[in-house]
Amino acid sequence: MAIFNLNINGTSKQVDVDPNTPVLWVLRDHLDLVGTKFGCGIAQCGACTVHLDGNAVRSCSLPVSSIGNSEITTIEGLSENADHPVQKAWMEHDVPQCGYCQAGQIMTAAALLQQNPNPSDEEIENAMNGNICRCGTYLRIKAAVKTASKNG
Amino acid sequence: MTTLDKKLDRRSFLKVSALAGGGMMLSFSWLAGCKPTPEQALELPKEWFELNSYIKIGENGAVTLFSPNPEFGSNVKTSMPMILADELEVDWKMVMVEQADFWPERFQRQFTGGSQGIRQGWTPLRTAGATARQMLVNAAAQTWKVPATEITSSAGVLEHKASGKKAGYGEMASLAATMEVPEEVKLKDPKDFKIIGTSKKNVDITSIVTGKPLFGIDKKVEGMKYAAIVHPPAFGMKLKSLDASSVLSMSGIQDAFAINIFKEDYARNFFDTATFPEMVAIVGNSTWEVLQAKKALKVEWENAPESSFMMSGRNGQPSLAKIPAGLESTEVHKAKMADYLTKPGNVLRRDGDPEAAFKKAAKVIEKTYTAPFLAHNTMEPVNCFANVTADQAEIYGPTQAPEFIMGALSSTLGLPKEKISIKLARMGGGFGLRAYSHHMVEAAVISQKVGAPIKMVYTREDDMTYGIYRPSYSATYRAALDENNNLLALHVKAGGVPETPIHPNRFPAGAIDNYLAEGWQIESNITIGAFRAPRSNFIAAAEQSFLDELAEVMGKDPIEYRLELLKRAETNPVGENNDYDAKRYAGVLELVREKSKWSNPPAGVHRGVSAYFCHNSYVAEVVDTVIRDNKPVVEKVYAAVDCGIVINPDASINMGEGAIVDGIGNAFFGELAFKDGVPNKTNFDKYRMIRQKEAPKAIEVHFVNSKEDPTGLGEPFFPPVFAALANSLYKATGKRYYEQPFAPQLEMQNLKM
Repeated sequence: MAIFNLNINGTSKQVDVDPNTPVLWVLRDHLDLVGTKFGCGIAQCGACTVHLDGNAVRSCSLPVSSIGNSEITTIEGLSENADHPVQKAWMEHDVPQCGYCQAGQIMTAAALLQQNPNPSDEEIENAMNGNICRCGTYLRIKAAVKTASKNG
Repeated sequence: MTTLDKKLDRRSFLKVSALAGGGMMLSFSWLAGCKPTPEQALELPKEWFELNSYIKIGENGAVTLFSPNPEFGSNVKTSMPMILADELEVDWKMVMVEQADFWPERFQRQFTGGSQGIRQGWTPLRTAGATARQMLVNAAAQTWKVPATEITSSAGVLEHKASGKKAGYGEMASLAATMEVPEEVKLKDPKDFKIIGTSKKNVDITSIVTGKPLFGIDKKVEGMKYAAIVHPPAFGMKLKSLDASSVLSMSGIQDAFAINIFKEDYARNFFDTATFPEMVAIVGNSTWEVLQAKKALKVEWENAPESSFMMSGRNGQPSLAKIPAGLESTEVHKAKMADYLTKPGNVLRRDGDPEAAFKKAAKVIEKTYTAPFLAHNTMEPVNCFANVTADQAEIYGPTQAPEFIMGALSSTLGLPKEKISIKLARMGGGFGLRAYSHHMVEAAVISQKVGAPIKMVYTREDDMTYGIYRPSYSATYRAALDENNNLLALHVKAGGVPETPIHPNRFPAGAIDNYLAEGWQIESNITIGAFRAPRSNFIAAAEQSFLDELAEVMGKDPIEYRLELLKRAETNPVGENNDYDAKRYAGVLELVREKSKWSNPPAGVHRGVSAYFCHNSYVAEVVDTVIRDNKPVVEKVYAAVDCGIVINPDASINMGEGAIVDGIGNAFFGELAFKDGVPNKTNFDKYRMIRQKEAPKAIEVHFVNSKEDPTGLGEPFFPPVFAALANSLYKATGKRYYEQPFAPQLEMQNLKM
C-alpha cells in the first residue's frame, strides 16, 4: 500500500492503495466516482475511458502509481451542469439504450473534439473505434459527435 | 380498435402505507435534453397521494409514475410511463418516473424479455392511468357538486366548463385517493392520444451522460465488502479442492470459500439455469485486491460425472434434468450435426405429401446453414449487491426476471419470500442473458456467509466463459422443383446443440402444399439461454437465405417471390395452425420495397432483402453493401416494421438501429468455439464485436401506420438482418454464405474484414 495524491476533476484526492491498482478501481471503489465503467479490464472496450491531461486513456490499464501530477477528468468532472457540448449532443440525439458504455464514449468524443474540433466522418470512426457499444448505438454516437463539433 | 371498457386488475390498487422506493432516484422527464427553467424545476411536494400502484400525485400537482418493468436498454422506463401519462391526461413535463422495486403484490409481470413489455403492459397501464384520472374527476364532481360526466381533464387540470370551475390534479389528489375505485373505465380512442406516438427522450438521459450511479455494479453502502468468483475452467468440470490459505494472507483478503447456490431438495425452474452452481468466492476490501487473490488462488478441478437435478414441472410434478459428462468440442459438435444430413429428425409438421413430391421432382435444391454458439457479452459484466442478515435479504442487481429467482433465493437462504427484497437496477444490457439470475443467489450466499453487505463482480473473462450462450445450430433446406422450376415441396430439417431452432407453424408453412419440418437436438453440458429472438435469430437467416436462392433459380424477384407465397398463405392457407398474419407480413415487404426504391439501387450498390415475423411483430429489411478498397461496407439498411401502434417513435427507431447493428456484427464476427470444454475466447481482444467502423453508414426505419395494439420491438428487428446481409453479399461477391460468421469466408475471398 502507498499513499497517492491525485488531481481528479480539479480537486486533490488522497488514496492509500496498492500502487498497481488501476485508476479505474481507485475511482470506483475508493473515490465513489462510479461513472467510469468496468467493461473488459484489458483496454479493449473503452467503457473505462477518462482524460489524462486531456487525452483519452483506458483507466482499467493505468496503474495509479503512473499518474504523478497529471490531471484526471472523469465523466463526473466533464461539466458542472451536464452542459458540455458532447453531453448536450448526446441528449439531443437521445443516444443511449442501456447506457453502460456511454460515459466512455462521451469521454472519447470529448477528447477527440478538444484535439480536432472539426473531424471528418473517417476521423470520427477512427477515434471512436475503440469504444464498444453492445446495444449498437454507433450511428447516433457519430451523429452526436458531429452535432457537438458544430455546436462546440 | 374501438374504445373499450376495462375492468381493473385489483392488485394494482393495493394500498400500502409505506410507498416503495424511499430514497430511490427519480428520473425527471423534463430534464431530458435541456436544463429546466425555474418554473419547470418542479418542487417535490410536501405530501404524495397514491391513486394506485403506478401513480402518485403531490398536492402541488407533481406526478410520479412507477415504471414496473426492469430496464435493460429497450427504454421501457420511458415508454411504459408514457402510456400511463396519456390516459391519466397529464403534461409529460410534470411527470417524474421512478423505477418500481420487484413487488408482485402491486405490479403485474415485472419481466423484461420476449419483447412483451409493451404488448402485455398496454392494457393494464392504460387502465391504471384511466382509472386514476376517473378518480380525480369523481373527486372534483363531489367537491363542485356537478355531474362527473360534465368534467373534462387535460394536462393535469380538471374543468367544469358550465360553471367555469377549474382545479389542478394536485388540489383534488387527497380526496381522489380516498374515492372508491371505479369498477370500469373508458379508455381513450387512439386518435385522442397526446403522448403515445410522440417522441420522448429517455427519462434517464441526464443521469447517463453525467455518470450517475444507475447500475447494480455502481452500488456501495457503508461496510460493504467486495467479492470475486472463480468458476471451473471448462464445461464438464467441477470443483475438486480449494486451498483457501493460498490467498488469506494477501492484502485486503478476508475469506475464500466454496459456495453452492441450490439446496438438494429445490426443484429448479426454467430460469434457474446455472452452469456452475458450485464455485469459489473470494471476499475482501476492494475489487483490485480480490482480483489479485483470484489469480493466486490454489484450486483443483476435476471432470464432473453425469449428474441430474430436480426441475419443477408445470403441473407441480418435478422431473429430473440430466447434465451429461464430458469435455466437449466444436469439432465434435459439427460432426454430430452433420450426421443429421442423413439421419431423420422428429416430424414437427407435415402438409400434403412432401415425400412423393420429392420423388417426382425434376430438380432438388439442398443447402445447409450453420451458426456457432454466441456469448451475450453485455457491456456490464455479471454483478450483484446483496445484504443478507439473520432475518431478511436485500438484493440489488441486474435482472430481467426477478420473479423467477425468488424461489431459489428463498430456498437457499432459508428465508420466506416476503423477507427478501429485490430492487431493480438499470441493466448494462441484457439481450436475454439476465433472465437467468443465478448471480443474485451467488451474491446472497456470499453475503450470508460473511455476514456483511457485499458486491460481487465477475471479470469479463468470468462473464464470457460461464455459459448461458446462444446455441449452435444447423438447418438443411430442400426444395423440390418441377421441370418449369415450380415449387413442388419444401423440407426443412434443423437442430442444434442442444435445441432445435424450428418454429414449425411459421412462414413458409401455410404457403406450400407439400411441406415437411423436422427437428433434432444434441445434448450438451454447455448451458444455453435466451439470446435476442431465440431460435428465430438463426432460422430466419437460414430460411430467408434459402428463399433468396430459390427465387434466383426460379428467375423471380426475391420480394415478388415472397409476396407470391404470402398471397397464397393469405387467400388459401395450407394447414390450420399458421401463427402469422400473411397480410401484415406482406405489408412490411411492400413498405421496404417502396422506401428502398428496391428496383433502382444506387450505382455500385449490392442489395439483399429478408423478412421475418417473430414476437408478434413483422419486419422486412433491405441491406445495401458496396465493396470499397477491397472491403465489404454496409452502406445502408432499410427496415420496415409492423408492430401496431408505436409508443415512442424515436426510441423505437433507436431500438431498430441497434438491433440491425447487432445482427450485422454477429453475422460478420460472432463466434464462440470450444475445445476440451474450454471456450476459445475470453475477452474482447479475441471475441470480435462490431465497432464504429463496421456499423452501417445509414439506417432508415419505417413503421407501418397502424391502429393495432402495440407489439414488441426489442427482438423482431434482429433475425432478418442476417439473411439480408448474406443475400446482399452474394450480389457483391457471387458467393453464398451458408456458415456464420461470414468474415472468415470473406477473408478467404481476399476481402479485408
